[in-house]
Amino acid sequence: MEAPPGSSKKPLWTEEFSVHAADDRYVLRRQFTKFLTLTSFGMLVGNGWIYVKSLLDARTRGAALPRAVIASSAEVPVGGVKLFRYPTPQDPCILVRSAGAQLVAYSQKCTHLSCAVVYSSENHRLECPCHQGYFSIQTGRVLQGPPPRPLPRIVIEERDGQIFATGIQIQEEGA
Amino acid sequence: MFGNEFYVDPSRCIGCRACVAACSECDSHRGQSMIYVDYLDRQNSIATAPMVCMHCDEPTCALVCPADAIKKGEDGVVRSALKPRCIACSNCVLACPFGVPMVHIKPELMMKCDMCYDRTSVGLRPMCATVCPSQALSFGPPDEVRKGRATTPINEFSFGRELVRTKVFIMLPPEETVLDIDVQDYMWRDTDGSAPWLLEETFMD
Repeated sequence: MEAPPGSSKKPLWTEEFSVHAADDRYVLRRQFTKFLTLTSFGMLVGNGWIYVKSLLDARTRGAALPRAVIASSAEVPVGGVKLFRYPTPQDPCILVRSAGAQLVAYSQKCTHLSCAVVYSSENHRLECPCHQGYFSIQTGRVLQGPPPRPLPRIVIEERDGQIFATGIQIQEEGA
Repeated sequence: MFGNEFYVDPSRCIGCRACVAACSECDSHRGQSMIYVDYLDRQNSIATAPMVCMHCDEPTCALVCPADAIKKGEDGVVRSALKPRCIACSNCVLACPFGVPMVHIKPELMMKCDMCYDRTSVGLRPMCATVCPSQALSFGPPDEVRKGRATTPINEFSFGRELVRTKVFIMLPPEETVLDIDVQDYMWRDTDGSAPWLLEETFMD
């Protein structure tokens, strides 16, 4: 307990657990109530803000998304995969021409924790490597794992040897 | 507060135990005395000495308390353990150089002399000091207590290398300025004076 010779500094615990009653820091009932009230109010304001933001987002979501060329048909053979970004450079997407010669594109962000999903040709599905969340290649629906929602689907159009993205289709759970 | 100090004068103790009775009258610990009257050498003497809490400047009992239950007030009085915190571990009992704290098993609580701070804070004397017939326990302004006594008050105790300064004064012959106590002097020895259970005999000089 004695401080080592040469150091007159008292150990930290003597400050944190002072023997003096005056140094005891009690949380008063009033302080605690104040803390609870202010924190709950903060939560309420935060939730309100999230709600308002989602309303504003919903309004802008209706706006037509740009029509963008994402690949040429020759780039994506059957079983081929092409990564692209749509509608902004911050939104990674994956384009797959699956075995049934069906051309599909989904947002690459797993709906669980935003890991990048990859196409597994042998299992014929989109797989998230982080927590083994699997998505159907036909619809983007969750087959297995923690993701709560299907992958947002990119509406694509193939015309004149070019592949265009024309919009995003948000899919609800159970869709 | 009020400039009063507590003085213990063992040479005046007559062993009447009025202090013990008065202490156990207190409502906060009714029936349980926080003051001890000890026989010093019962085989050879009837001498007794009262022992109250000395209220150290750096209370060892509070320093060793793992539950942070023993607190020292602004008046310098070291209080009994706080009931919601005390875990009755007896660390304080073992640590106190004066042997004051006592753990009560039933309520699982350490209780000790708190200089009746409910009384002293409003200018009253502690229960024991009000009843002591020989003023072996006295509480009052320093000059008033010293009047007519051959002894002088000291409040420094040396336990080996550990110097303990206390709030309570003990009255000693005038030549003593610090009470030097070597615990080993009071340990049991063989009839030839040796102490084979002590590994370091040289330590005892």
